[in-house]
Amino acid sequence: MSSGQLTDNGQLRHFLTIEGLKRPLLTEIMDRAEQFSSISHQQVKKVPLLRGKTIVNLFFENSTRTRTTFELAAKRLSADVINLNISTSATSKGESLLDTLHNLEAMHSDMFVVRHAQSGAAEFIAQHVAPHVSVINAGDGCHAHPTQAMLDMFTIRRHKQHFPNLRVAIVGDILHSRVARSQIQALATLGVGEIRVIAPKTLLPSDCQTLGVHVYHDMEAGLKDVDVIIMLRLQLERMEGALLPSAREYFDCYGLSEEKLALAKPDAIVMHPGPINRGVEIASAVADGPQSVILEQVTHGIAVRMAVMSMTLGSQSEQQEVVA
Amino acid sequence: MKLRISNGRVIDPASNIDGQHDVLVEDGKIIAVTERHDDFVADHTIDATDHIVCPGLIDLCARLRQPGQEHTATITSETHAAIAGGITSLVIPPDSDPIIDSPAVIELIEDEAKKANRAMILTIGALTQNLKGELLTEMAALKAAGCVGVSNGLSEIKNSVIQRRAMEYTATLDLTLFINAADPWLQNQGCVHEGTVSARLGLAGIPETAETIAVAKSLLLIEQTGVRAHFQNISTGRAVTMIADAQSRGLNVTADVSAHHLHLCEHDIGNFDSLSHVIPPLRTIRDREQLQQGLRDGVITAISSNHQPLAKDAKLGPFAETSPGISGLETLLPLSLKLVNDEELNLNQAIASLTNQPANILGIEAGQLKIGSQADICIINPNADNECQPNDFVSAGKNSPFAGWFFNNEVSHTIYGGKLVFSRN
Repeated sequence: MSSGQLTDNGQLRHFLTIEGLKRPLLTEIMDRAEQFSSISHQQVKKVPLLRGKTIVNLFFENSTRTRTTFELAAKRLSADVINLNISTSATSKGESLLDTLHNLEAMHSDMFVVRHAQSGAAEFIAQHVAPHVSVINAGDGCHAHPTQAMLDMFTIRRHKQHFPNLRVAIVGDILHSRVARSQIQALATLGVGEIRVIAPKTLLPSDCQTLGVHVYHDMEAGLKDVDVIIMLRLQLERMEGALLPSAREYFDCYGLSEEKLALAKPDAIVMHPGPINRGVEIASAVADGPQSVILEQVTHGIAVRMAVMSMTLGSQSEQQEVVA
Repeated sequence: MKLRISNGRVIDPASNIDGQHDVLVEDGKIIAVTERHDDFVADHTIDATDHIVCPGLIDLCARLRQPGQEHTATITSETHAAIAGGITSLVIPPDSDPIIDSPAVIELIEDEAKKANRAMILTIGALTQNLKGELLTEMAALKAAGCVGVSNGLSEIKNSVIQRRAMEYTATLDLTLFINAADPWLQNQGCVHEGTVSARLGLAGIPETAETIAVAKSLLLIEQTGVRAHFQNISTGRAVTMIADAQSRGLNVTADVSAHHLHLCEHDIGNFDSLSHVIPPLRTIRDREQLQQGLRDGVITAISSNHQPLAKDAKLGPFAETSPGISGLETLLPLSLKLVNDEELNLNQAIASLTNQPANILGIEAGQLKIGSQADICIINPNADNECQPNDFVSAGKNSPFAGWFFNNEVSHTIYGGKLVFSRN
């Protein structure tokens, strides 16, 4: 649980992990995202909520889509955006993460959107930023990717309305997935009836059940009667280190084909955080099929990130007003 | 110089003494542990009323960062910290820079220790050249230069043939082999115990089997080669069981545990607290209980500080990128006696685990108050009320997860070679 992501009166100060957040707050994020999502359909796609604020996209790890949606979200809130891609080699040249950070603070930024290859990096940064700076975790190592989880929850809610009666299956590389960890926490917080994970043992954390999930190793049993299927991206480097024998065998066992999809409820939706590996974890026919909501997820990403950004910086302004 | 330590509760497990006595010191040696009625005229008297008087503590594993990392800590700074913690003998592992693989390095360390002249520094020599696990060191020369044993440091020898031969050669020279049991493949890049916390935080885990497989393999080779071996800093309950079994079969094996593994567990990492980043990692609550049980049962016979002072920067970063280690010299005694308070251990056992028992592992004449032995003495106030504040540590390393812990004991005086080297206030 993150110690410092809430203000004293329970507002979001940072957004680092789903762990420890209460259901009303997650609902508020989704409700607010619902309001913002209508903006995308207007002629002028901007609101002035964060005018004059500077948001720095601080990406220590490559990303196109996540960074782009964060940038779009910030711009639609009228904030100024700086994109910084800091390859890990730059920090290994001797400048520590903290040095980088303090340099950026000197530029009077109001928010850091951080992606980093190490678990706990966003938390670390949040502990060391100046009091007026908010930190949003855009993915830290294998730990958390809370905005992705919230856009997934938003997407599920749009299609299924209520969470308690749902059966949700997350399929694939849970071990290395920050997305899965955040999704599991969000689903549990929202009271989902049953959360399943489906993967070979090599791709599951040990003591996985302590995360509050039912563990399956075979798709036939695991997908039976589920309402939501979340497929995870398989990094192709997982073939090294003996986690898996081949992409082909992985698809045979854990890829989502139309036949396997038929085991789920007829109205089940198929999700994927992207980018997808066609023919590795998901068949093209499924990815492009009628049950797939993968592209919707991307669209929802903007509204959800607008919601989170406005809530964190909003809580900051409130705090400052109180101080003033 | 004649010193009297009067009226303390003298606890000397080596001679089964536990009672109200005076300890008399002359010319650096203990000359008597006696009742008050004597005609000894002291130049200096320390009133130890309501205090515990025991042998100076022996720490089986302390990295002092010299040679090699003098910017972090030095023999001078860390021997100061040691005596503030009642420790008068320190054993340093071979993985300094340069590595302790030649008599010259041992000489260099001993020179520094002599200059400091406030605690005994003992060295463990490298088992293989550069600790690479390929070529043997000149162990006979290392032994002649005074090292108390050999070890391959934190890097287990990967090649089983070389591991076997190194043990055979060590046994030939009648040296003790110190082992930090960790299968290098299973340990890999891990930074926390593989379990609920690694699952939750997405940190690379070190499974229990990294230790147990290495212990099992070592025990089989120890049995085959007949080497005398000591397992350092064990962290799992199953290792305790395996070592107990080996001991009951008559193998000459001993083990120690670090003070922090007796108090902390994986959950103390909380939310990426890098101060709890240690190798071997903090394990489960059950492991911690089994380590305590192993100490009670006499399977584990020593508590070490596993002291690793670090500069502040080394703990500032994302968890996996921070350096593992705890600055432990000044919490070794408080944490050990806390076990007594918590009724996990009796006082004599706790003191024995810090004095004569580690001395037995090392095969040295220390850790006791025998007549004629060097006067290394620790005097403890058992009625203190002391909040642990790492920033006030004497050690150059302030890296401790025990900030804010309350200890009801503290060292009041430390005597090394008959000389008062530390006195609080």
